[in-house]
Amino acid sequence: MRSSVIIFPGSNCDRDMDVALKKFGFKNQMVWHNDQSIPKSDLIVLPGGFSYGDYLRCGSIASKSKIIKSVIDFANSGGLVLGICNGFQILTETGLLNGILQQNKFLNFICSNVFIKVKDKQNKYFKDLKKDILELHIAHNEGNYFCSDDELKSLEDNNQIAVTYCGEDGAENEATNPNGAIKNIAGIFNKNKNVLGMMPHPERMIDKYLSGEDGSLFFKNILDNFK
Amino acid sequence: MKIKVIVTLKNGVLDPQGKAIQQTLNGMNFGNVEDVRQGKYFEIEVKEKDEKKAKSLVDDMCKKLLANLVIEDYKIV
Repeated sequence: MRSSVIIFPGSNCDRDMDVALKKFGFKNQMVWHNDQSIPKSDLIVLPGGFSYGDYLRCGSIASKSKIIKSVIDFANSGGLVLGICNGFQILTETGLLNGILQQNKFLNFICSNVFIKVKDKQNKYFKDLKKDILELHIAHNEGNYFCSDDELKSLEDNNQIAVTYCGEDGAENEATNPNGAIKNIAGIFNKNKNVLGMMPHPERMIDKYLSGEDGSLFFKNILDNFK
Repeated sequence: MKIKVIVTLKNGVLDPQGKAIQQTLNGMNFGNVEDVRQGKYFEIEVKEKDEKKAKSLVDDMCKKLLANLVIEDYKIV
C-alpha cells in the first residue's frame, strides 16, 4: 500500500508518521506542500503539528496551499485521506470534513493518553478492528470539535462520527471529555467515509516498550482492509 | 484603499477566552462587566479606487479565508 505524508511549514508529526507507516509495510513518500502533485498513493496523510504557526485559525492557511487541490481531488475520487490533529483541523478548513476544531474548553494545552471508542466499523479504517476501545495520545490546544445542530444530526444519521473520547470502560460523558468537544467527538468521516480526521495520534502508539500498541492495530487494520 | 474587517464569534458559540477576560476584569473590580466577546480585526490595503468594488472583494476574502462561517460572523466597517 502506497502512502504520502504532506509536510507543511510547521508540521512536526510528519516523521513520526513516516516511521509508523514504514514500520507496518506502507511504501511511504514525503510530499512538500509547495508541490503541485502527489505521487501515486492509496493513502494520503496530513500530519499533526502547527502548520503556518496556527496563524489566523488552525489549519486555515494550509488549507489553501498549493498541494491541497490534489488532496481534494484525490479525496473526491474516493482515495483514503487521513488527517491527524492539525491534519484534522486542515481537513475541516478545506471543507472535506464538517465543523471546526475550537480552542479547548478550559483554555489549556492537553498532552495525555486518552481512550477512544470506535463508533463505526463500516469503513476502510476500522472494519474488522479487534478492539472497540483504543488507548491513544492527544496533544493539542484546539481540539474542541464544534458544528451546527444540522451538521451534527447529519453526522449522526450517516454514522459519520468515527471515534469519541471515553473512559477505559467505554463511558462517554463530561468526565471523559478532555476538551469540550460536542458529543465527545474525537474524529469524524466525510459522507463516503474515505476521509477521516481525528485528534488522537495513532503514530505515537506503535511500540509496546515506549507507549502502547493500539496505534499499531490501527495501521495494521488499514493494511488488512486494503488487501 | 484600506478596508477594515471585524470577525467575531457567532452568538451562541462558546468563547472561553472572552469568558476568562470577563472573569479577570471582574476580579480587577470592574464588577459591572457582564460579558466579553473576543474577535479579530483586519486592515486590508486593496489596490482599488472604487469603494464598492473594494468592499465586494474583501467580502469574498472573508467568505473564503478570513472568517470560518461555521462559528464566525464578519463585518466590513
